[in-house]
Amino acid sequence: MSDTQTIEKLVKQPYKYGFTTNVDYDYFPKGFNEDIVNMISDIKGDPDFVREFRIKAFRHWKTMKDPLWANIKYPKINYDDIQFYSAPKKKEQLGSLDEVDPEILETYEKLGIPISEQKMLAGVAVDAVFDSVSVATTFKEKLAEAGVVFCSISDAIRDYPDLIKKYMGSVVPYNDNYFAAMNSAVFSDGSFCYVPKGVVSPMELSTYFRINNEESGQFERTLIVAEEDSYVSYLEGCTAPMFSKNQLHAAVVELVALDNAQIKYSTVQNWYSGDEQGVGGIFNFVTKRGLCKGHHSKISWTQVETGSAITWKYPSVIMKGDNSTGEFYSVAVTNDKMEADTGTKMIHLGKNTNSTIISKGIAAGNSQNSYRGLVKVGPKADNSRNYSVCDSMLIGDRCGAHTFPYLEVTNNTSSVEHEATTSKIGEDQIFYLQQRGLDEENAVSLIINGFCKEVFKELPMEFAVEAIKLLGIKLEGSVG
Amino acid sequence: MLTIKNLYAEVEGVEILKGINLEIKKGEVHALMGPNGSGKSTLAKIIAGHPSYEVTKGEIIYEGEDLLELDPDERARKGVFMAFQYPVEIPGVSNSMLMRESYNEVRKEQGLDPLDPLEFEDYIVDKLKMVEMDAKFLERNVNAGFSGGEKKRNEILQMAVLNPKLALLDETDSGLDIDALRIVSSGINKLSGEDRSILLVTHYQRILNYITPDYVHVMVNGRIQKSGGKELAYELEEHGYEWVTANTEVNGEAK
Repeated sequence: MSDTQTIEKLVKQPYKYGFTTNVDYDYFPKGFNEDIVNMISDIKGDPDFVREFRIKAFRHWKTMKDPLWANIKYPKINYDDIQFYSAPKKKEQLGSLDEVDPEILETYEKLGIPISEQKMLAGVAVDAVFDSVSVATTFKEKLAEAGVVFCSISDAIRDYPDLIKKYMGSVVPYNDNYFAAMNSAVFSDGSFCYVPKGVVSPMELSTYFRINNEESGQFERTLIVAEEDSYVSYLEGCTAPMFSKNQLHAAVVELVALDNAQIKYSTVQNWYSGDEQGVGGIFNFVTKRGLCKGHHSKISWTQVETGSAITWKYPSVIMKGDNSTGEFYSVAVTNDKMEADTGTKMIHLGKNTNSTIISKGIAAGNSQNSYRGLVKVGPKADNSRNYSVCDSMLIGDRCGAHTFPYLEVTNNTSSVEHEATTSKIGEDQIFYLQQRGLDEENAVSLIINGFCKEVFKELPMEFAVEAIKLLGIKLEGSVG
Repeated sequence: MLTIKNLYAEVEGVEILKGINLEIKKGEVHALMGPNGSGKSTLAKIIAGHPSYEVTKGEIIYEGEDLLELDPDERARKGVFMAFQYPVEIPGVSNSMLMRESYNEVRKEQGLDPLDPLEFEDYIVDKLKMVEMDAKFLERNVNAGFSGGEKKRNEILQMAVLNPKLALLDETDSGLDIDALRIVSSGINKLSGEDRSILLVTHYQRILNYITPDYVHVMVNGRIQKSGGKELAYELEEHGYEWVTANTEVNGEAK
């Protein structure tokens, strides 16, 4: 079997999370206008400051245009054809897991994410978001003992309005960009986490996002605040059914780390990516940004991006506090007709700030995989350092890998290093490993895992195992 | 052990092997010599199953089995080993991890239990000594940043670990300084024995100062033109490959 044929075989593994769940929905009319925004505010029971935030965002969005600078091509999105709010119908306020629709619980079981607490992975608290709303958060009590708040953002708006007022929109303002403005107007749920001073979160926190409704978009918003001397590790996972239509996902994630605080944010993204011909799949337009507000604070983003028809995502860190650290570790896999334009922004404002970027792009099939990254060192960021490595691997000869690094340095005591490589998974590498007794699939998997090792080692253990498996499924049969 | 009959092969439509006949018995060391482009490395790669070459005619029988029917990894698990002329780098994969995976594949084939990392560490200690390598070597990524000599020693280390029945050494001596050549040759000598056959592909006679072959074959233009004992290598050293070519022309066909 030739190199290309085997690659094809590996890449063409069916998407196993493509089923839908039958639940009753609270429907909203399609379209995006001020009435819709108000209706969302009504149904969520927003306090005035949240409603105002939404309206300001919507009015600003109307003045903005689709960002077209990324290296991705997609048909113009008709926002009047999208349902901006969709929630599984519920009888009453959800008080415990027993009240969650069994169909939804079953969905999460099928996805391998048991949200019933007795079956939980030891030491991981989960918030499950189904279409537009959070359906369950586990281990709330145990976290509360430690003083950690972990709940849906809707609950947080109700229960912790002061924190929301203070921090929501403080890192990603409502007018930041086209999709962030859209999200600010219509966000329906998401996760909120608050770690008080001096607390190390006793367990990993995680959110699983699931899009189930064909007509709806998903607009969740996550906010994590780590007070002085605190630590939290957070993971998000994402899946969606297979539809021939595209679904829009436009999320916002904001992280705030105060003095000596550390936030580790990991993502394993496996949204449906469309079929071989590029029909269907999620359009993923996400704004993720962390603010190292305090001195000696640290924010790390680790992402394993394996899904979505379109990925437009640049998890960033603003290092405002002196001696703060920003990190970005990324594996982005594309195949078939997927397109990814992803990377990071590292903004150095404080003195002695340090950032690291490790990006690994793997392109197979007819896909296009771009890294886009900005390193900016401000005039006051004395003695700051950045180290960037961008490696691309091509599988087959019909895909493309691109690197767009931007550097803006306005401080002459700082240093910025950038390394980039592009390699092709070679017949020679595979033959070498086969000659050592490994079959073709093992050979490919070993090469890919080696290529991604620097990123995988940043993931929490259980999730690293998941990620390796996921990559195996995604690229199975793709090389030879 | 290995019988090659009337083997023809091509790459991208160009015929490289034009009727090879070769018999290697258990425990024998054969040196395959010849000028650049004669097809000697191609022969080794075809025995190992390199996908770029197409066999158009002939057969390769290994331990009674049609080797051409097997995938490269199946051949490897059945005891065919090739030391590469240009060992490939595998970034991010440690040497010890590859060798353990590899050795466990071979063990699985033999119906043995796999070794865990600690057991494997015990197993590999002696092998390291054989090629005068430090244990630190195991933690480095496969061939990444290795010097030419280190790469070749690493190939011999893998051979020691996998314990093959048939070892194809493809220009293992090329690019080695005198010390590395001595280490690599002594490793090969320690590994040769009654149970192992070796096909040593080389351009130069100098490795034969360290390793004594039972047979020497000279390949020119896709055919084995001359075969003999170890003294043939000395004649070649004296007269050059042209001597074989000229000799053949006089005789009209290969001996």
